[in-house]
Amino acid sequence: MAIDERTTSQEAQRRRTGPNTRDGETVVRKVLLYAALVAVALLFIGPLYWLFSSALKEPGDIYQYPPHWVPLRPHVENFANAWQAAPFGNFFMNSLIVTAGGAAIKLVNATLTAYAFVFLRFPFKNVLFLVMLGALMVPNNVTLIVNYITVSNLGWINTYLGLIIPSAGSIFGMFLLRQYMMTLPRDIIEAAKVDGAGHIRTLWQVVLPMCKPMLVTVAIIAIVDMWNDFIWPLIVTNTVEMRTLPIGLLYLRTTEGYSNWGAIMAGTVMVALPMLILFLFAQRHIVRGLTGGAVKG
Amino acid sequence: MTVSQTVQTSTTPLEGTSLTSHSTASPPSSIGGDAGARGAADRTVTRRRRRRHSREYLLFLVLVSPNLLLIGTFEYWPVIYNAYLSLTRWNMLSGVPVWVGLDNYQSLLTSSSFHTVMYNTLLFTGTVVIGSVVIGLALAVLFNQKVRGRGFVRTVAFAPHIVSGAAVATLWLFIFNPDYGLSRFVLNQVGLSSPRWVSDSDWALASLIIVFLWKGIGFVAIVYLAGLQSLPEDVYEAAKLDGARAWTTFRRITLPLLSPVTFFVLVITIIGTFQAYDMIAVMTGGGPGNATTTLSWYIYEQGFQASDAGRAAASAMILFVILLIVTGLQTKYAQRKVHYQ
Repeated sequence: MAIDERTTSQEAQRRRTGPNTRDGETVVRKVLLYAALVAVALLFIGPLYWLFSSALKEPGDIYQYPPHWVPLRPHVENFANAWQAAPFGNFFMNSLIVTAGGAAIKLVNATLTAYAFVFLRFPFKNVLFLVMLGALMVPNNVTLIVNYITVSNLGWINTYLGLIIPSAGSIFGMFLLRQYMMTLPRDIIEAAKVDGAGHIRTLWQVVLPMCKPMLVTVAIIAIVDMWNDFIWPLIVTNTVEMRTLPIGLLYLRTTEGYSNWGAIMAGTVMVALPMLILFLFAQRHIVRGLTGGAVKG
Repeated sequence: MTVSQTVQTSTTPLEGTSLTSHSTASPPSSIGGDAGARGAADRTVTRRRRRRHSREYLLFLVLVSPNLLLIGTFEYWPVIYNAYLSLTRWNMLSGVPVWVGLDNYQSLLTSSSFHTVMYNTLLFTGTVVIGSVVIGLALAVLFNQKVRGRGFVRTVAFAPHIVSGAAVATLWLFIFNPDYGLSRFVLNQVGLSSPRWVSDSDWALASLIIVFLWKGIGFVAIVYLAGLQSLPEDVYEAAKLDGARAWTTFRRITLPLLSPVTFFVLVITIIGTFQAYDMIAVMTGGGPGNATTTLSWYIYEQGFQASDAGRAAASAMILFVILLIVTGLQTKYAQRKVHYQ
């Protein structure tokens, strides 16, 4: 991450300014720092370890006190049990469709809108941009009831359209991409125009390739948002078969009661793992997208 | 998350938007000395330019309208219609909304259960905000030290932030299991016994706060870390030359310089707590009793369980106004502090 380089240069400078602390003091400081770091690591790894180990524990091992820490014989049946207790196949399929469809439309919207605002003329377009950006101020608590009414008037309750379309508009992604496009070198775009490229070709062949890092960021943020969304899928679907994974997990817990925690933890792993894997591969993009602009002010 | 970036609207200036508008502003070429011919040439150029303009306007509309339509329909229209619904009585199932004026607001503001809801909201949001700022900043300072392994710890601390709230809540429900949960083990190690967490109305809200902080604190820490690393170094050099102690430097220099970041954290954390439907649904369902019914959960309950659209809409308006006030204050103070640098 970019953060790293910055700190190292700061530290190099600090080291250069000279050793004005005594050695004993630095050792104590080091020990305390490492202790704090280990404590923080445990605080976050502990629960995650608990999740994955419980998902693999036999029923007998789960209800043990003091707990058995390592599932010596991994009990993968927990996953099968969860899959049988609730239609996880449907949940996965629904989550995939909603996430892929929603993120794709969001990305297209973000790109087209950002391009238009940066490279095309339109009367009062800055005002229009602010109006669109202003929608960030509307919390979803306020849109919940009316969107439900709108979607039910459209006949979209319990459909993929109803799940996807209300969140298919892009505001923050559009904003990120617009800021990024404004930093692109002008002469390259002008050159494309001189070569006779129209706007669509300029967008497709010149602007998009240059925006790749930001496009990935916007896409990943959209994927995480759609995959994890809870309250909208909860109200807009009304049969088990149409639920997405997070709602399915709630369903599993209520059908299983508190009786089979192994299966419930296995279900939880199925909901959490895809995003954890995505995070491992795209950490840089996720961090940049989510903290983007946070410290600009 | 989509709503959480409100700060950008206030902190990022809209510079450089009209980049293309100058490209065609070159003066029309006038070859002939004849004034009349030049006028005619001018006119053709203007006409051609106008035609080009209108084509560009059209393309602009084609590219922007899908997004604009979606935002209009699913972001702005709800605000207007929700405001109207808050002045009516309607069961959402049949018939039409009946105008009742300010009745919903009056009955909300005078009902003791709504007072409990507001109290829960204040307690939940307030504690989470304070916890986020204090712990988040402490973690950021730790991550900013030169210790091996900090990158790894930063990653694991951030990870829960992108996991579904429903999954995190389900995991913690098991951790909080008073008989077999991890929390019992940890508390027993230090000689305490486990409370009954989510099923005890004295502990249910505390459970939610703990889980919310666990999920979100890594994100806050990264935001603060980026803030710490963008601070001007010369100020610190000067402080060192003046012989300022570390704590004084932190309190007098770091904290004030970080205040824009703190305001950002404040706003996104407040908005975040308003979106905690998944955690409440999985862990407590607003209970026991109404011990964990926050304002946003109350909106859901009134709208989709009690089918009282008017009351739900009025509660949503109250939440909206609170959020507008907070964001307004944030904008005002953040702007003032920015000039400070």
